[in-house]
Amino acid sequence: MTRPPGTARPPAAGPDRDRGLGRPPWMLVLPALLGLAFLVLPLAGLLVRTPWSTLGTRLAEPQVLEALRLSLVSATAATGVCLVLGVPLAWLLARVPFPGARLVRALVTVPLVLPPVVGGVALLLALGRRGLVGRWLDEAFGITLPFTTAGVVLAETFVAMPFLVISVEGALRAADLRYEEAAATLGATRWTTFRRVTLPLVAPGVLAGAILCWARALGEFGATITFAGNFPGRTQTMPLAVYLALETDPQAAIVLSLVLLAVSVIVLAALRDRWVNA
Amino acid sequence: MTVMKRLPIPAAAPALLAAAALALSGCGDVDDGGSASAGADKGGKTLTVFAAASLTETFTSLGKTFESSHPGVKVRFNFGGSSTLAQQIVQGAPADVFAAANTTTMKTVTDRGAASGQPTVFARNRLVIAVSGSGESKVKGLSDLADRGLKVVLCATQVPCGSAADKALQAAGVKVTPVSREQDVKAVLTKVRMGEADAGLVYRTDVRAASGQVKGVEFAESAKAVNDYPIAPLAEAPQPALAKEFVGLVLSQQGRTVLTRAGFEAP
Repeated sequence: MTRPPGTARPPAAGPDRDRGLGRPPWMLVLPALLGLAFLVLPLAGLLVRTPWSTLGTRLAEPQVLEALRLSLVSATAATGVCLVLGVPLAWLLARVPFPGARLVRALVTVPLVLPPVVGGVALLLALGRRGLVGRWLDEAFGITLPFTTAGVVLAETFVAMPFLVISVEGALRAADLRYEEAAATLGATRWTTFRRVTLPLVAPGVLAGAILCWARALGEFGATITFAGNFPGRTQTMPLAVYLALETDPQAAIVLSLVLLAVSVIVLAALRDRWVNA
Repeated sequence: MTVMKRLPIPAAAPALLAAAALALSGCGDVDDGGSASAGADKGGKTLTVFAAASLTETFTSLGKTFESSHPGVKVRFNFGGSSTLAQQIVQGAPADVFAAANTTTMKTVTDRGAASGQPTVFARNRLVIAVSGSGESKVKGLSDLADRGLKVVLCATQVPCGSAADKALQAAGVKVTPVSREQDVKAVLTKVRMGEADAGLVYRTDVRAASGQVKGVEFAESAKAVNDYPIAPLAEAPQPALAKEFVGLVLSQQGRTVLTRAGFEAP
């Protein structure tokens, strides 16, 4: 994500696009390198301490694969839910003026501010067996969400959705309104305009948002363990497995972290090559 | 990021929700090892004690006693999961005293030579079944937990309360399928307290601390899984003399009284 979501693609994107602008100033290069070092250093710490000799046997443990599978499935499902609900929400915020829009926009960012563990407790109070809505779900349909994989998806959706909404709203605001106006004058309904004009226009922003959303969901810990609990194969995602391994076997925790890291980097790099640079 | 510019209005909303949620759940047991550091405070001395989360109430009270009998000394606590604390100490966290919830975690510290002298067992804790405080529960003993229709939560096997739970269930020959294995004992208590789980295995002291909201059901097999709580001054203690004195206070008659009142047993 080299470019803020939704900004127009420069016409000559490429390695030599800054030709003629002069040398990059050290006032920018120095802090940039420091920032990079700060982000990469903890990773180096992990790599240095990795027990490479036992890596294979640890990875073959069924619990590891189970947790990895659950993490990938639930993060992807959460991203799906975020797309279905978050894109329309972003559209509403960007295109339809309504009273209280500023308040709604601020409310959307609540999960970003809330410590995830508190988010999990809030979810229990809302969707738990005795929660505001959860009580009714239980009585009417016999559905209880805590301690289920659906609960994991919900917790991840709650924490990750703001990333998508903010990205897509930014893209929508940056998009040129004249295309949508042209579609309207040609007789297109707002729904058709959204599908045929708006969505293709902001697709890079949606993709960037979805990637952020997926990455955040994949690493989710606090809300998940609080709302969905921890049970291998059902609600124990990789971050939960890492946390519990840390209690007794820090080396196993390092291996698990590396696996999660490697898988997410591979997936994100593949996605970038496939779509962002296409 | 147009959204960020307009944030200020309901900035108080999450804070309120956070406060309410914390008050309800008592889930303030997230460890903050990074913030605990020993050193001089306004010319006085600071004693840093790393202690198991289940000691929060008793040690806070003993810390106050210690401060009033040692003018100028400040006692700072880092409460958390015993295993996490042990890892932090082994990694060189500046602590004076370590009190663990079982002997296994203390052993990870003594094995690395991080303790000064032999640890002393100062208290014992046993498991009870925690059930919701409101209404009549059908849980009368350990064997009732085998009911598949019952939502049971246990601690994860990696933490002391989890291994104790496994030991007790094995001794009783009861097979339980929990809906979740929580990261620490306070998390189990929270799930029962909020009504998400029907029953959970926690320490007797936890039920005592949450009386009114949960009820404790004692069971005979808990005798097979009693946790010993060891305490030791640490080898790299910045305040070795004060560390010994604090351990002395915990082991004294005064310490025993505070611990017994909270539901701990004498070793």
